[in-house]
Formats: sequence, C-alpha cells, structure tokens
Amino acid sequence: MNIFDIIGPIMVGPSSSHTAGAVKIGQMVRALLDAQPKQAEIWLHGSFAETGKGHGTELALVAGLLGMGPDDMRIPHSMKHAEEAGMEVVIDRMNIADAHPNTALIRVCDKDGDELEVQACSIGGGRIQVNKIDGLRVNCSGEVPTLIIRNSDRPGMVAEVTAALARHNINIAQMMLFRNKKGEDAVMVVETDQKIPSQEIAAIHDQDGILRVTYIGQEDE
Amino acid sequence: MSWESLNEIEIYCKENGCEFWQAILTGDVRENETTEEASRKKMAAAWEAMLSASEDYNPENFSASGLVGDDGEKMRAHAESGRGLLGGFAGEVMTEALKMGECNACMKRIVAAPTAGACGVLPSVLIPLSRRGVSEGDILNAMYVAAGIGQVIAERAYIAGASGGCQAEIGTAAAMTAGALVYIKGGSTDMIVNSVAMALKNMMGLVCDPVAGLVEVPCVKRNVAGAMTALSSADMALAGITSRIPADEVIDAMKEVGDKMHPDFKETARGGVANTKTGIRLKEEILGVKM
Ligand code: SF4
Repeated sequence: MNIFDIIGPIMVGPSSSHTAGAVKIGQMVRALLDAQPKQAEIWLHGSFAETGKGHGTELALVAGLLGMGPDDMRIPHSMKHAEEAGMEVVIDRMNIADAHPNTALIRVCDKDGDELEVQACSIGGGRIQVNKIDGLRVNCSGEVPTLIIRNSDRPGMVAEVTAALARHNINIAQMMLFRNKKGEDAVMVVETDQKIPSQEIAAIHDQDGILRVTYIGQEDE
Repeated sequence: MSWESLNEIEIYCKENGCEFWQAILTGDVRENETTEEASRKKMAAAWEAMLSASEDYNPENFSASGLVGDDGEKMRAHAESGRGLLGGFAGEVMTEALKMGECNACMKRIVAAPTAGACGVLPSVLIPLSRRGVSEGDILNAMYVAAGIGQVIAERAYIAGASGGCQAEIGTAAAMTAGALVYIKGGSTDMIVNSVAMALKNMMGLVCDPVAGLVEVPCVKRNVAGAMTALSSADMALAGITSRIPADEVIDAMKEVGDKMHPDFKETARGGVANTKTGIRLKEEILGVKM
C-alpha cells in the first residue's frame, strides 16, 4: 500500500468507506455522465442505507455529483450547494440483490436530457468499484487511467480501439468486455498503464459504432 | 517498493547506513517514480491538514447523532487545571486525540492515519511535540517512520476494523505513533522496531464494536487509548526494553487474531459495546429503527 494511503487520505470524516468512498462514487457518476447532473435519484443499499445518515453518506454522494473531492470542506453543506447549482436530488432506500453492503444506485440526467444509471460500491479505505452502468454489469475502480466505452455490439470494435491505443504507445493493463445480450449495446472497460491524451479519446469517439467514451484519468498528484 | 517486513527495513538501514525515515522516503520515491521534494511536499500537506483540523475543533459542534462533540474541551480544561494524573504533556496528548476523533465524527477534514476512525492517534503526539519546539523537518521524518510501519502492517496483516477488528485500526495507529515518538526522541532503528512490537502486543485482540455502526462510540476515546499505548511503548523502547517476540512476528500474530475474530467484532456493530442494552437503545434512537 502506498504510504499516502497510510498517512492519508486527507478527507472529510467520519468514515473512509461511508464518506470518502461515497464522494468518489458521486465523482465517478459525474465523470461518466460527463456533465453537471440536473437531476439525481439516489438509492442506498445495505449499510449505506442503515448508517448513511450518521456517516453523511448522502451528503457525500451529492458532493461528489457536484464535483467536490473527498477533502472538500463544503461536503457537510452539499445539499445547499446542490440547490444553488440547480441540481434536484431525491434519496431513498432500496434493497439490491447480491450487492456489496455499501452500495448506491444513482440515476442522473443532465440539462440536455442525457440519462445514466450507475451502481457502485465503496469497498473500504475510500476505494470504490463501479458494478453496473445502465444495467450492464461492469467492473472498474478508477484507480488507474480507465477508458469506458459504450459501443454497439458488432465485430471489429475491440480491434479498432486497441489499434488506436497502440498507435500512441499506450499499454493496456486490462481490458474487459460486458454486454447483456448478443447484438445489444456493449461496454468496454480499458485500463491502461499510461495516461491517455485527449485527442486520442476524441479519435476513438469519432469511430463508427462508438456511442459514448468516458475517460477516468488518474487523480492528480 | 512496498516494505514487507520491519526486518527488511532494518537490514536496508544497516546496509545503506541510513535512518528508518530515509528508507521509507527512498522507497516512496522509487515506487511512485517521484522526487524526494514532491514526496516531502505531500507529507507536509498531511501535517498542515492535521494542524488545521486541530485548530478547527469547536466544542459546540456535535456529531449528527449527538453522541460526541465536547470531550476534547473537557479534557483540555482538566489537563490545564493541573489536576491531571498523567501530567502536562500526556494531558495535551489526550486532549488532541479526543479533539481529532470528534472533528472526524463532526464531518470536519482530518487525515486518515491509517484510517479515519484512528485519525487522532498520530497527530495527538505530534502536535504537542511541535508546540514544544520539535522542528517541522523532524515531524515530517517521524511521519515517514509512522507511514513505513503502517505499510508493513498493511502488507502482512490489515489496517481496517472491518478486516481485523480495532487492533488493526487503533492498534496500528498506536504502533505507527510509537515508532514516530522513538524517532523524535532520538531512539535507534532497533528501538523503533521494538516500540512497534510492544504497542501492537498491548493492543492485541481489541474488537471493533462501533455503536450504531458510527465512528463515534467507542472510537473517539479509543484514540486516547492508542495514544497512551504509543507513549508507554515508546518510553519502554527508549529505556532499552525489548520485545521478546520480534515485531514482524507480532504483526503476524495480530493477523491470526484478526482472522479468528468473530465477524460480530469487525465493524458490523453486532458485538461488544454496540451490542449492550444501551448500545442497542442508542442505535434504535439514532437510526430510528426497532431492532
Ligand atoms: S471501534 Fe471500529 S470503527 Fe471504531 S475506531 Fe475501532 S476499528 Fe475504527
């Protein structure tokens, strides 16, 4: 473990899993939507639902959706900031089958009506995992540079993406493919060793059959 | 490079003729492909955040549950009255430990060390020492010592209450802090390692039993326990007292105890003080549910 995970993170309390991790889930959803959400429906499962109030989990998720980081002193007042930003927030509980105890299901939409639904969990020490995007099972943590690509499920898509990365000498550490049914939209999660320049992301986006590309860069030092 | 044992660090120090903190700093530079300067800057930011958290303490702020908030202030008044049993320095340490734990529960900004629940232990000794003139350079070096100790414990065992009980959280914080203290007091690498062994041994078996699952009761006061264990373990090591069981083996023993610990004692809030008559009543009141 990195020494700054031992002395650190610098975070707003009280809990790395229920507060800092929740902020990161919110940030991740915002990054995946790639916009300021206009509406956010949040469902809390398990321990998030049970002890979320006392841990500020709801405030933390909203703070993340607003783009705040885990050390942002405004987290306790995130509801007020949401109002100011014109973000409507609804929070409820839900029992999600087979989910990690610290799970949130978040449905957001932006001002253009673009919608997104993400299920993610906080696995301890402020680390998170995205479990589902729009109902599709995925698996990514955002700890390394990650490309999340939604594409139509047709032959050759994977090759095009890997070729584009190879052109820029970007090494793929892990690549995962997810889809519900043959022929339906699919999700590619590509974790890389190097950061990916923005023009390359745009190039991937411009290819046929690519519906949405999200890049989760590494936290800056 | 992440250190796998304290012994490995000791050997590295001997071979390179360096101090414990230097080994950890060098390790960070290599592992994260960074520079000493950038690494120290990050550590200084953590120290700054500890100081400002302590300043941010306000006894009028209570946690959302209302269970904790003004104990730091009570302790300060008692310590400053001169009636404290442990004397001035320890009184200040206890005050800082409570303050930091309460800041965490009140959603203020703290530095997890190694976790948010245990965030009070390390700063509780560093802040009073800096008030007594220990230089920032030495404080940062001590933080590297603490970080290296935590890294080894995370590598061989664990540092989260949910994984290994409170011994892994407050226990690790106590061990890290003991090492930091020994460094600041001029102790040798060998003494640092012995202080770790003694602190962990004295915290072994401690369960994680937070009332209503919140990082408040018993967590805030456990930070005091961790700090006191760190002080006594550091003093024993500085006196030349050694641990009969080597530190790395103590860490492994802590892991064994954690592995065998019942899940009710690992942050699930189903055992220990969380499961007392009052603990259950508080949970019902706070969470608004009937058990
Ligand atoms: S009781 Fe549990 S939650 Fe509280 S400080 Fe100890 S390990 Fe952390």
